[in-house]
Amino acid sequence: MIEIENLSKHFTLHNQGGAVIPVMAGAELQVSPGECVALTGQSGAGKSTLMRMIYGNYLSAGGTIRVNGTDITRATPREIIRLRREALGYVSQFLRVVPRVPTRAVVAEPLLALGTDTATAYARAEELLAMLNIPEPLWSLSPTTFSGGEQQRVNIARGFAHQYPAMLLDEPTASLDVNNREVVLTLIQKAKAQGAAIIGIFHDEAARARVCDREVDVTRFTPAQAA
Amino acid sequence: MTAHDPHIGAMTAAIDMPLLSVGGLTKTYGSGRGCANVSFDLWPGEVLGIVGESGSGKSTLLGCLAGHIRPDAGRVVYDLDGHARDTVSMAEPDRRRLSRTEWTFVHQNPRDGLRMGVSAGGNVGERLMAVGARNYGAIRETATDWLERVEIAADRIDDRPRAFSGGMQQRLQIARNLVTGPRLVFMDEPTGGLDVSVQARLLDLLRGLVRDMGLSVIIVTHDLAVVRLLADRLMVMKDGRVIEEGLTDQVLDDPQAAYTQLLVSSVLQV
Repeated sequence: MIEIENLSKHFTLHNQGGAVIPVMAGAELQVSPGECVALTGQSGAGKSTLMRMIYGNYLSAGGTIRVNGTDITRATPREIIRLRREALGYVSQFLRVVPRVPTRAVVAEPLLALGTDTATAYARAEELLAMLNIPEPLWSLSPTTFSGGEQQRVNIARGFAHQYPAMLLDEPTASLDVNNREVVLTLIQKAKAQGAAIIGIFHDEAARARVCDREVDVTRFTPAQAA
Repeated sequence: MTAHDPHIGAMTAAIDMPLLSVGGLTKTYGSGRGCANVSFDLWPGEVLGIVGESGSGKSTLLGCLAGHIRPDAGRVVYDLDGHARDTVSMAEPDRRRLSRTEWTFVHQNPRDGLRMGVSAGGNVGERLMAVGARNYGAIRETATDWLERVEIAADRIDDRPRAFSGGMQQRLQIARNLVTGPRLVFMDEPTGGLDVSVQARLLDLLRGLVRDMGLSVIIVTHDLAVVRLLADRLMVMKDGRVIEEGLTDQVLDDPQAAYTQLLVSSVLQV
């Protein structure tokens, strides 16, 4: 489902003397449907960079990234938009929404974008919000005023609203209390059981051990100059 | 019920072709300013952001696209019910009809897009009449419905726009522009000059309308926060040329051109 070959990346800082910073070289990774792979390595080793490249948020310098048959490194913006809408989910650590949009609508949005009718999309959104212990009176309010933990849970609810065949999870259990952590791990296990290919970053070792089938240390993709 | 419904059939029937296909579009002013050799495709339902500083040529480009400015060279091919029509070489009456039915233009200053001496309801109803609506009751009902959609209370329908706040005026302009169910919307700094809280409300409204009506939008702005929330794709302009383009979040998070890197790094993070 996700196949990465010989992937490389560098940043050129034009406004800082044109410095070229190599951040990745020769990255290889395959993730099958129903499999969850943890990216490991120290902070700065390139876990998030790799994830952003898979999502098409960062450009690649060389190599290929195939997700559901589409090569992200060569795809047009339009193809990536479609892939993100239909097949590739991403739960980042930060919630980014238009202020004022009610939480219920924020969570339902991925389904509405796929053409799901409003009633079904909202029902699914409410089911997830309840599961993640977001109090019902908050559902009609914008999440921009919520606490960090609540925002994170809204983000997770949104990320799991649609059943994506491929998912990227950046620290999905960080700073969650025991109950909510359990809910998130259950959501991940369920997504796997339904055939999702998942790549995750988990600092929470116990969580990693529970949901991940194997680990890939990205340090071996870090070019010598950047290490 | 609303005026945009007839397009739903047309949209699903359309084969996979861009709504707008722009090639080699050039307009040079004596001063050396303008836009040079701009090419891109816009697909149905897509929101394209064009950013750049004052004088980058983005407003000239928008004017050329919308038919307000005659380009020196290039083509702007529009998919009119499955027929590719070059709107640059099109006869003036045809182009005018296009900009009354299929296209619309949202101005930065609501006063440029509204008739200030006419009631709010009249501003919306007038557009319906321009495309052939004649039944007063139906026009008023549609106008009321649209005022509601842009969150203007129905009891303000007979007030004139000059009695409205800036944000309300801008929402009224949007209602006036969208009531006839266009497919392509041009926007020139639609949130410029509005308070930040009012901007958010407008952005939220626009996003909902874009999705519900399947609109394609070309939005010119200098506000990177606006394009991040609204645009699928982004073009960065400098000195009349497109220097970088791509997925909006990719261009903003991993900018390649020196100028784009400077632009992105100059924004204060909140």
